[in-house]
Amino acid sequence: MQPLLAVSGLQKVYEGSGRRVEAVRDLTFTIEPGELVCLVGPSGCGKTTLLKCVAGLLTPTGGEVLLEGRRVSGPPPGMAVVFQEYGRSLFPWMRVRENVELPLKQKSPLSRARRRELVAEALESVGLADAAGAYPWQLSGGMQQRVAIARALAYEPGVLLMDEPFAAVDAQTRADLEDLVRRLWRERGMTILFVTHDIDEAVYLGERVLVLSASPTVVQEQLKIDLPAERDQLHTRVAPRFAELRTHVYEQIQAAKRGS
Amino acid sequence: MKERRLSDPGAGSGPLVSLTNDERPGRPRPGLTNAVLGVAGLAAFLALCEAVPRLGIVSAEFFPPASRIARALVTELGDGAFWTALGDTLTGWALGLAIAVTAGILTGVVVSVVPYLREATASTIEFLRPIPSVALIPLAVLLFGTELRSVLLLVVYASFWQVVVQTLYGVQDVDPVAEETARSYGLGTWARIRHVLWPTALPYVMTGVRLAAAVALILAVTAELVIGAPGLGSRIAVAQTSGAVPAMYALVVVTGVLGLLINVGARTVERRALAWHQSVRGEVAV
Amino acid sequence: MKHLALRLFFVIALPALLVATWWLASDDSTDVYWPPLRTILTAFPEVWTGERLRDDVLPSVLRLSAGYASAAVAGVVLGTVIGSYRRVRAVCEPVLEFLRAVPPPVLVPVIMLFAGIGDTMKIAVIASGCVWPVLLNTVEGVRAVDSVMSETARSYGITGVARLRHVVLRSASPQIFAGLRQALSIGIILMVISEMFAASNGLGFTIVQFQRGFAIPDMWTGILLLGLLGVLLSLLFQLVERRALGWYHGLRAASLSRLGSPPGRRSRFRVTDRAQPSSVGPPRSPKLSASLEQGGPPRPLETDAPLRLTRRRRSQ
Repeated sequence: MQPLLAVSGLQKVYEGSGRRVEAVRDLTFTIEPGELVCLVGPSGCGKTTLLKCVAGLLTPTGGEVLLEGRRVSGPPPGMAVVFQEYGRSLFPWMRVRENVELPLKQKSPLSRARRRELVAEALESVGLADAAGAYPWQLSGGMQQRVAIARALAYEPGVLLMDEPFAAVDAQTRADLEDLVRRLWRERGMTILFVTHDIDEAVYLGERVLVLSASPTVVQEQLKIDLPAERDQLHTRVAPRFAELRTHVYEQIQAAKRGS
Repeated sequence: MKERRLSDPGAGSGPLVSLTNDERPGRPRPGLTNAVLGVAGLAAFLALCEAVPRLGIVSAEFFPPASRIARALVTELGDGAFWTALGDTLTGWALGLAIAVTAGILTGVVVSVVPYLREATASTIEFLRPIPSVALIPLAVLLFGTELRSVLLLVVYASFWQVVVQTLYGVQDVDPVAEETARSYGLGTWARIRHVLWPTALPYVMTGVRLAAAVALILAVTAELVIGAPGLGSRIAVAQTSGAVPAMYALVVVTGVLGLLINVGARTVERRALAWHQSVRGEVAV
Repeated sequence: MKHLALRLFFVIALPALLVATWWLASDDSTDVYWPPLRTILTAFPEVWTGERLRDDVLPSVLRLSAGYASAAVAGVVLGTVIGSYRRVRAVCEPVLEFLRAVPPPVLVPVIMLFAGIGDTMKIAVIASGCVWPVLLNTVEGVRAVDSVMSETARSYGITGVARLRHVVLRSASPQIFAGLRQALSIGIILMVISEMFAASNGLGFTIVQFQRGFAIPDMWTGILLLGLLGVLLSLLFQLVERRALGWYHGLRAASLSRLGSPPGRRSRFRVTDRAQPSSVGPPRSPKLSASLEQGGPPRPLETDAPLRLTRRRRSQ
């Protein structure tokens, strides 16, 4: 079966004011349809660079990204991104409903009724049906990020990219949002690429974890997470297997930092 | 080596996010390129001003080529009367600005320090501020004719509000904790104004001064142009009525350069005051 | 209730006191230049109704509207183009800085050469004076569109006209309004002096006629009317601005209170410093920090905030 997303030999070099910075050296991995893959790596290892290359927001220096076999050379229509900076990625001049609806207006000729339906459905799934008429800045951080997730859901993307989406929310909200992502993934059978610097989060969320090395980045290890599909914050996190996987990823990252 | 790498821009996800399209690494020396492009833009603008009348797109009678304006400018610069006019304009501007700034700061501080005065004056300030100072032109003519005082009336009225309003904002910004600290150490009203209120308000005041400086020039030239008080404005009016079109354009250019110098100078002063402020503020407030 | 009454008292007390003082002090005035306020107020309705309203006030206001509107459209369009392209901006910046620095009133004699002394001249004068603040602020606003916002828009395929309409212009609108506000005061000045300089009707013309004819009370009514017009237009502007930028004021208040301080009490230095690590800080709009950095104290009144093309230089 053809992978949904294939990244091969990806390299990204920044050049400027006499300096040459190789952010990503040589990355190769694939994602199958319906997978939830977590990318984890030491901070500053070029995770965001990688994600932006996959999203078509940055042009890679070398290698290529294929989405459903087609080369990504600009933001492809079948992809949605949830950014870390929810405060800056939601448009403050639009109400929640309009924020979710705007990408749909651009996407394809959907009828107004269908758009409304998608928006209502998406907001319902993230538990924000009541907040449709509010402005994003009237909501808490966690709620704003849920709006961003709803916007991505309504867009019905082939692949959902999430760039450290919960790094800027408090711990409890973060746990709720993690469960939300798991639930949406299982309910909707979506394909998700989730980037994080948090090892626990990666292991808790992912079906597969890709451990990245320090910059210049390569894939250090791919790890299958053989935890049960039904996960919850209370039990999964104290399960012995969770601790093992977590320790393993942690060791890998430490090794990556040392540069071995 | 590794640590250095990590802190490089572009290497980490952090700095990259905050870069705008302009500042993204990969473009050689943007400052230099911009300067070159800017000079090219100016050159193109001048060339356009030269070509448009020469090609007959606009009559040279109305819009002389840049070179003729430049010649007229040189003639002006050699004329003693021009320098007198420039001096008159600058006198009106500087004197008016000085009065407006002094009065504006004093008013602003008094209004904020005296209890209830701020609430009591808010509506009056909001009403008087948008009144266009040019409305006072006929009054100025009646009272002072073409004297300097006519110019001053307009300049002071227009720039005063800029300073007052910014001072009020600045004083409002005083950190209550700093204020209470000063109070608990037994600092008197004057010492509090001097050490807490003034340093906080200063950057705002400087912003007000910069805005006032630009407005003051506009009003000084207006007064000269319309009332006929001596200065660059009246010289422009004379050049226009006597049909000395290139000289008129040359004088317009001079007022533009004057405006530019005032803007740049005011910004520099403002920036200085701001830098000073931040360092001092650390000692006072924290 | 008591609180409301107190506020009302504060609003009315001083103006009432000032008017009363003027009234009493001028009541038995025999000075030609300072007629009693009573005389001025009695003259007001006689002077400014009927024919003068139609032949002087209306043309003035129409010319102002026409000039202001064309400046607004031209400024926003050109500013969007210049602001969207880094190179175009670099080329235009010095020229724009110069043109902006020319005191707008000197344009009156220049434009008279081209357009005579009719309505065209006055509209052209008003437009060419008002266009700069709008243009330069639009450039600045368009340039400063947040990088995450524009990447979000790109990743969702929001491009072209939709991007311009829903993202760029909306995001630049606080700055555009600041420019429009500055342009309004310049417009009124130019309306008056273009009429004082050369005209056969209009407010400025009529007031100067009164002055030359030593119709002093009438002249005073003209001054009052100009003042009223300025206040009225400023109120109208505030109304429109509050509607169009409701989201911005709300966002600003929300961000400031989230930083642990009531709005209007927070130094801009601490706001920006604390929010420096944009990846971990509380949610904030970069717009907000930009507008605070450049000296706009956090109050809605502050649309006269200094906004200028060179802010970038300082913040770097």
